[in-house]
Amino acid sequence: MLKTTQNIVLLLCLWLTAGLATQLLAGTIRVGKMRAIKSIRTGIGIAKSGDTVLVDKGLYREGNIIIDKPIHLTGMQRPVLDGQNKYEIISIKSDHVTVDGFVVKASGQSSMQDIAGIRIYNKRDVTIKNNILEDNFFGIYLQQAHNCLITGNKLRAHGKAEHLIGNGIHSWKSDSLTIKGNRIEGHRDGIYLEFTTNTQVRQNTSHGNLRYGLHFMFAHHNTYTHNTFSSNGAGVAVMYTHHVHMKNNIFKDNWGDSAYGILLKEISDSDIENNRFEANTSAIFMEGASRVRIKNNIFNANGWALKIQASCMENQIEKNNFLGNTFDVATNSSLVLNTFDSNYWDKYEGYDLDKNGIGDIPYRPVSLYSMIVERFPPAMILFRSFMVTLLDRTEKMIPGMTPEQLKDSTPAMKPVQL
Amino acid sequence: MISVKNISKRFGKFQALDDISFQCERGQCIALIGSNGSGKTTIIKTILGMVIPDKGIIEFEGKSIANDWTYRNDIGYMPQIGRYPENMTIGQVLDMISDIRKIPEKSLDQELYEAFRIGNLLNKKMGTLSGGTRQKVSACLAFMFNSKVLILDEPSAGLDPISSEILRDKILSEKKKNKLVIITSHILSELDDLVTNIIYVQDGNIRFHESIHALQRETGEEKLSRVITSMLRQEDAKQNGVQPKALKDQWL
Amino acid sequence: MKKMIKYIVADILQSRIMIAYTIILLVISFSVFAIEDNPAKGILSLLNIILFIVPLVSIIFSTIYIYNSSEFIELLVSQPLQRNAIWLSMFAGLSLSLSLAFLLGSGIVILVYAWSATGFIMLASGILLSNVFVAVSLLASVRIRDKARGIGAAIMLWLYFAMLFDTLVLFLLLQFSDYPIENSVVALTALNPIDLSRVLILLRIDVSAMMGYTGAIFRDFFGSTSGMLIALAMMLTWIGLPAYISTARFRSKDL
Repeated sequence: MLKTTQNIVLLLCLWLTAGLATQLLAGTIRVGKMRAIKSIRTGIGIAKSGDTVLVDKGLYREGNIIIDKPIHLTGMQRPVLDGQNKYEIISIKSDHVTVDGFVVKASGQSSMQDIAGIRIYNKRDVTIKNNILEDNFFGIYLQQAHNCLITGNKLRAHGKAEHLIGNGIHSWKSDSLTIKGNRIEGHRDGIYLEFTTNTQVRQNTSHGNLRYGLHFMFAHHNTYTHNTFSSNGAGVAVMYTHHVHMKNNIFKDNWGDSAYGILLKEISDSDIENNRFEANTSAIFMEGASRVRIKNNIFNANGWALKIQASCMENQIEKNNFLGNTFDVATNSSLVLNTFDSNYWDKYEGYDLDKNGIGDIPYRPVSLYSMIVERFPPAMILFRSFMVTLLDRTEKMIPGMTPEQLKDSTPAMKPVQL
Repeated sequence: MISVKNISKRFGKFQALDDISFQCERGQCIALIGSNGSGKTTIIKTILGMVIPDKGIIEFEGKSIANDWTYRNDIGYMPQIGRYPENMTIGQVLDMISDIRKIPEKSLDQELYEAFRIGNLLNKKMGTLSGGTRQKVSACLAFMFNSKVLILDEPSAGLDPISSEILRDKILSEKKKNKLVIITSHILSELDDLVTNIIYVQDGNIRFHESIHALQRETGEEKLSRVITSMLRQEDAKQNGVQPKALKDQWL
Repeated sequence: MKKMIKYIVADILQSRIMIAYTIILLVISFSVFAIEDNPAKGILSLLNIILFIVPLVSIIFSTIYIYNSSEFIELLVSQPLQRNAIWLSMFAGLSLSLSLAFLLGSGIVILVYAWSATGFIMLASGILLSNVFVAVSLLASVRIRDKARGIGAAIMLWLYFAMLFDTLVLFLLLQFSDYPIENSVVALTALNPIDLSRVLILLRIDVSAMMGYTGAIFRDFFGSTSGMLIALAMMLTWIGLPAYISTARFRSKDL
């Protein structure tokens, strides 16, 4: 018993030393205008596995740079790699590559190919960090990548139209990625994940992208926390996915007819918790969503806090705060298959005689006029007129058009403490 | 001074004035007499520019009054019913009208003001006053500006006998100042000794317009009421050869 | 004329109804903001009051005041005054008094609790609406001789602007929902000063919802500077036109 333990310890020590040794043995190749090696391509060419290619600051126009061995490509004071609007700038075709500290700009553009600033081809354990990606077609493209880390990058493009620009961070058929602390602006989709699983998306800011701040399809078992998605053309769209966890994110200022804080399409078995939805035209739009738990979120000053289509079922909406939204809930169905519990609705006008903090009469978050507007959008112009107020009041007293069962039977009297 | 020429006025289907002409001069005191709805008030209102005639012109000292308003500087008017904004005080009303007239305080005629003791009531609101007191205020306003022409619509209605007498004396003294006074009244007795001319209006027409002396001579009567009754009988007799006995009751 | 306006204003401001109006506005506005911890919600509650009470009181009070002043107006006409001056003094007197009542009753509270663009638009709307409905009441009372019928007409006009018009628009909207009618709807709302004020405020407090497809059309129109100016011009027309027509009619009116 003791022997085995000793052996294990010994083995561990050996392994550690070996590891350290490779580190120490690994060489550093310096590239720069004033140095012997003037081109990054040459630097990479002579580098061995585990070497670091250290690049001085300056402008490098080397077309397509292919990294085909496990090296660290590191920029000193952010050297600029210019793709001259023709090339894919960095292509990573090896595992264990790090790209750190560059300005990568002006990749080629194509409507046939997905040309990116930095692209990973079917590899694993790649780290891309602290880069500035300017004006690229696609920013960072992960194709069947595994266990990669994308962090601290700033991506900015100046897309004019959706078909003339690619996504910021684009991932296809990848797994176990960590996308953390990046900022993406002006791309088509800020972060796009397709067939990407077990991935963490944390602390990113996706702002002012042409289409979606975050967009994923068939991307199961992913977690999104502490991100901010603001002022994107159409907000956030998540589709055909199960087991999504969205927590502590901020969705704000997504304005437009088809702009959503989040568009949930065919999403199931997921949680949306502790997020903040502020000033979106529709905070959450649900279509074909089932078993989604929406809990402890704040919905503030949205046009519609929740738009729930008929195809949604078994969703739980509980302990959220609804504050200053034009409409709290809108639906196109009279069938109610979702539950509302213990939310705080600032429009609630009931009372709490037994002082237990729960309103004594149920709150019906769907107003008659919201249903009229749902069917005849121009009717919005009459909103808040005396006639409309009267209509809504009458409907509240004698419900006729609004779904009878859509109600919160235990509305909170005070905002839920979060 | 005032000449009314061929004035006609219709209110809807009702012909209020039908081609009326007459002339008034300074020093005259003219009584406008006629039954209710005969057109007396309409005549006064056309002269004051409150009613705009459909046809004909009115001249004030030779100038047409149409679209003019300055001539009203020379007219003092006492309405039949004087109603004023309820929350204005008497003082404010007097003040406001004086301000409109732009006549210096020194040259204001304060006689009635003092005779009616308006000074004690200056802070009273118009809404709280009795009809008689309001008439006194109206009378004050009409005489205050020494206007060349005085138009009084039922001046004694609602006044107590003493105030009535004060007003009557005032009219007399103004008449002596060579002013033109036009009065309408139902109570003919109070017009005795006051009027110099009579215009009798009936159904929008002038039945007659004569000086009181001529009328007295013609009828041989002294009292105004009798003069008029007998005048009307004569006129009717002339026109129809019949004697309508109901006429007298119409205005007495 | 200035002095005439001064006396008319003084007279109106002392009337009990006016004092009650001011106090009621003050109590409502104050309680609305005091009860709601969120000023945006206070503004919302106040919106209904401004769109409802202000036009109602303005039109009814003015109409009654004009009818009750008919003898006084006659007296003024017998004085050396231009008729225009008399009528415009009545208008100015009523407008100033009702605007002042609104300013004292709601304006100050709005400025204290909602010092924002929305608050300012609300304040301006209240004052403009007061003026619009004074002007409309002048038109009604100059055209209708009988007091009872005149007041009836004023109530009908208010009902029309406050409710019937919107019902009509809603009906049209539903009837023609298959056609692109958004622009016509914008034009329609400009025909009702209450709707105009409401939409201007709606565009601010429900900005998120108004950014939807149709909302965006309204916003593009009313949200821009030129749209605001057009709205203001419409409101001023709503004041100026009835005032002008009523003055023209008063000039040749038989009293």
